[in-house]
Amino acid sequence: MLKLRDGIVELYRKAATSLPPDVEDALRSAHAAETEGANAKAVLSAILENIRIARETARPICQDTGVPVFFVKVPIGLSQVELKGTIIEATRIATEKVPLRANAVDILTDKNSGDNTGIGFPVIYFEETMDSILTIDLMLKGSGCENAGQMYKLPIEELKAERDLEGVRRCVLDTVYKAQGRGCPPYILGVGIGASKDQVTRLAKDQLMRKLNKPNPDEVLARLEERLLIEVNQLGIGPLGFGGMTTAIGVRIGVNHRHPASYFVDISVCCWANRRGRLIW
Amino acid sequence: MVEETFNVEKTKIINLPLTREDVLNLNVGDVVLINGLIVTGRDRVHKFLFNERPKKEQIPFNLGGAILYHCGPIIKKEDAGYRLIAGGPTTSIRVEMYEHQIISEYGIRGVMGKGGMGKQTLNALKENGCVYFHTVSGAAVYLADRVKRVVDVWKLEEFGIPEAMWVFDVEEFPAIVTMDAHGRSLHEEIEKKSYYEFKRLIER
Repeated sequence: MLKLRDGIVELYRKAATSLPPDVEDALRSAHAAETEGANAKAVLSAILENIRIARETARPICQDTGVPVFFVKVPIGLSQVELKGTIIEATRIATEKVPLRANAVDILTDKNSGDNTGIGFPVIYFEETMDSILTIDLMLKGSGCENAGQMYKLPIEELKAERDLEGVRRCVLDTVYKAQGRGCPPYILGVGIGASKDQVTRLAKDQLMRKLNKPNPDEVLARLEERLLIEVNQLGIGPLGFGGMTTAIGVRIGVNHRHPASYFVDISVCCWANRRGRLIW
Repeated sequence: MVEETFNVEKTKIINLPLTREDVLNLNVGDVVLINGLIVTGRDRVHKFLFNERPKKEQIPFNLGGAILYHCGPIIKKEDAGYRLIAGGPTTSIRVEMYEHQIISEYGIRGVMGKGGMGKQTLNALKENGCVYFHTVSGAAVYLADRVKRVVDVWKLEEFGIPEAMWVFDVEEFPAIVTMDAHGRSLHEEIEKKSYYEFKRLIER
């Protein structure tokens, strides 16, 4: 487990300091689309410059290295208890070495643990797999954008949102309108639809791990994702909220089966710094 | 580089501390490059200043004419002192309920962060001669490279690194005025426009 521990420390470093190429490409396109001389374009150049400096100097892209969220696919027979211990140990080391900002705060004492570990911190989701390989996906989810997320219980009369995909469309637009520029747009929007609250929030987060250049395998959802991306950008909030062409660079929707009485929609908003990485073992 | 990103010919240079007159010369849309000492303060600092109301002389540095930067940095302690690794802005709206009182009580002339603030703060900017600067959200190393030195810190033990009050000596630190002392807010304008589009998109 020692080598794996070091691998996870490296995964932290890579996720924190080097933005995935598909996200950077989308930001370059956004930069090209903005008007010459506009502040929206200037802040996007600063962002692209920041991405380059962070990668070259191996420093975190954003000072908020967020809540680490792990999605782990575990082969049969590998101990989840041991894996959890290794992830926690790697988190302590990465906080010191990368470095990450210490973000875990005790609810009762208000004390920062200083090493990014605590009750339910980092967030770790395990899933057993028939594969023989261990896959560890890590997302560093900044909290400015986490705070911009919303959950909806359809139907909602004010939005004329019924229990269908048209209702979901209205929820996504409502979330982005309410978020304005506070969560660092251009955004990536993860949407989870299903029967229970705990499940849709996880599903929404999971969508943020999908690459921006790969369309949804389901045609109906792929069409809705495309349509929503266009419509969200019509809101005109723009990069960092300065107004402009690009408010989002991706919409990603995932579905579960639902209960006849329930239709939950969770929308996880991710800032332009969609920091994610994968370790295969 | 700042010079390549923002059109330097159009930018205004700001030397701290700010005077009321400096502030009145700033308008929404102005790009500024800031020189001098800025002070960080985020959620806990605001809650503390608002509720405990420490006297000015109890605070180890002068907030009069200062810029209060909403920022929770990554800082490493080294033999030579503190080193700033990354330090972009945090979301300002979370301190909306506190900021108006802090501006008037401590004579702050600039508030800096991201995402903008609400009506209460906008009114306080006008009444007290203060301005809101929006810097580049998420550009933490780009902005850290504009900080020459970490000068001082207060409440480090009690609040922890991200929440302490740090004093940074900055040079050509870029920001854009998005709320001015004349009652104008870019955030209000963008919200209105986006509301119109939002209504159009969900009309049937």
